[in-house]
Amino acid sequence: MTRFPCPALLRLILASAVLTGLWQLVILCGVPRYMLPAPLSVMQTLVAQSGLLWHHALITLGEIVAGFLCGTLLGTVTALTLSRWAFLRSTVLPLLLLTQAIPVFAIAPLLVLWFGYGPGSKVVMATLIIYFPIASTCYDGLRQTQPGWLDLATTMGGSAHRQLFYVRLPAALPSLASGLRMAATAAPIGAIIGEWVGSSAGLGYLMLQANGRMQTDLMFAALIVLLAITITLYFTVDRLCRLAMPWQPDRTGRHALINGEIT
Amino acid sequence: MRPSAPPSDSLVPDGLRVLNARLAFDARVLFDDISLSLPASSWSCLLGKSGCGKSSLLRMMAGLDVSSNAHLTLVDNSDRPFKQRIAWMGQQDLLLPWRRVIDNVQLGAVMRGEPQDVDRAMALLERVGLGRAARRYPQTLSGGERARVALARTLFEQATLVLMDEPFAALDAITRLDIHAQACELLSDRIVLMVTHDPLEALRLGDQLLVMRGSPARVERVLPPEGNPPRNPATPAMSHHHGELLNALTEQTS
Repeated sequence: MTRFPCPALLRLILASAVLTGLWQLVILCGVPRYMLPAPLSVMQTLVAQSGLLWHHALITLGEIVAGFLCGTLLGTVTALTLSRWAFLRSTVLPLLLLTQAIPVFAIAPLLVLWFGYGPGSKVVMATLIIYFPIASTCYDGLRQTQPGWLDLATTMGGSAHRQLFYVRLPAALPSLASGLRMAATAAPIGAIIGEWVGSSAGLGYLMLQANGRMQTDLMFAALIVLLAITITLYFTVDRLCRLAMPWQPDRTGRHALINGEIT
Repeated sequence: MRPSAPPSDSLVPDGLRVLNARLAFDARVLFDDISLSLPASSWSCLLGKSGCGKSSLLRMMAGLDVSSNAHLTLVDNSDRPFKQRIAWMGQQDLLLPWRRVIDNVQLGAVMRGEPQDVDRAMALLERVGLGRAARRYPQTLSGGERARVALARTLFEQATLVLMDEPFAALDAITRLDIHAQACELLSDRIVLMVTHDPLEALRLGDQLLVMRGSPARVERVLPPEGNPPRNPATPAMSHHHGELLNALTEQTS
């Protein structure tokens, strides 16, 4: 068994090259251009329209990052509150589930009505879409602290607060990290949906406009930019999570999907 | 748990007295009216079949999950409250993986909100022979090294009474023998109460052997072998005692 002899990024590029090749193959089979543009013409659009794409990408990126931060903050605070004060669990947990039962997509028009056409409603969308995964993974992590650690902390005279911050919270970091990785891929969905429902800027808006004008190549170019944003966000979050947990052995902290070793 | 004066004979020598410990879950009485006396600077081993309530008794004394009506009197030269004079060693080494070795040793100070004492923690690590590992994370250490860090953390507590719930059970036989010798020396000035499933471990370490059996359980004292702990497990006298202790543990009581 030999390990695949190249780093993750190179592997990613290689995989994209193979996919592009397949794409070109489909084009050669005679699919009309307005349905599927050729890879090369998408590349040309990417370069020619880079100013336009950059302008909309920055707006979407801002919405995603703001939503990610808000959702993470809210989710973590919720989890901490629930695990610290037991009496809140019976009332707040059902409510949390209830909010998750309502599809965010269904209330998107309402959010646009409440928070306006600007970035505000998109940030709220992204926040809502990642809030539950963050809160539930973090809460699960806080709940599953090894009982022995808590016994030890109790006999040492540790108050409930100190046990929470010095034992339960660090113990919950690995599960919070998997929630964050999930959120990194879900937050862009929230922002894009928000832009589709009602906006005057952003990649979602651009894609909708391009679609209406049969500019499939521009639509694909916007899609590629969105893809790049999501992948960058994912890897940044993954790296930060690993930096925050230097005690974790190098491989267990990673996401098996992308960093799985090929043996 | 009410650490208070015993109802009678208040003239207790240095050491720990437990009077009238009782634990019952609804109708099922696990033990009732258990009284123990642990002399100062002694190592007592508490044995018994699983489920007889020995771990519960230990946890009761540590003030974990069960409250009780037992009277605990700990006489030593400290005026700190009872809870601050006990140290706990659980079934695993309980090292926190995100804290470096030195920070694990000082966990007690962090838990009580006291200033950390790096010099003392370092000195303790040197005493267990792990001074060089101070900046490492626990999972880079072997099982034996981890157990020694747990010992250093216990010593850092400066507790008169050390309560142990099979702390060395997960170690391999050879490592365990080494740890026994080291623990015996390091904890010689403490009162140790150790719950164990291993009769040989009890015979090697105990100044006093306590066997818990029956329903509701009673505690009987068994004479330990001659000589001072840590005793060599490979002597004929030890195997003789081992056999007797096993009989006592498996014997049915009415």
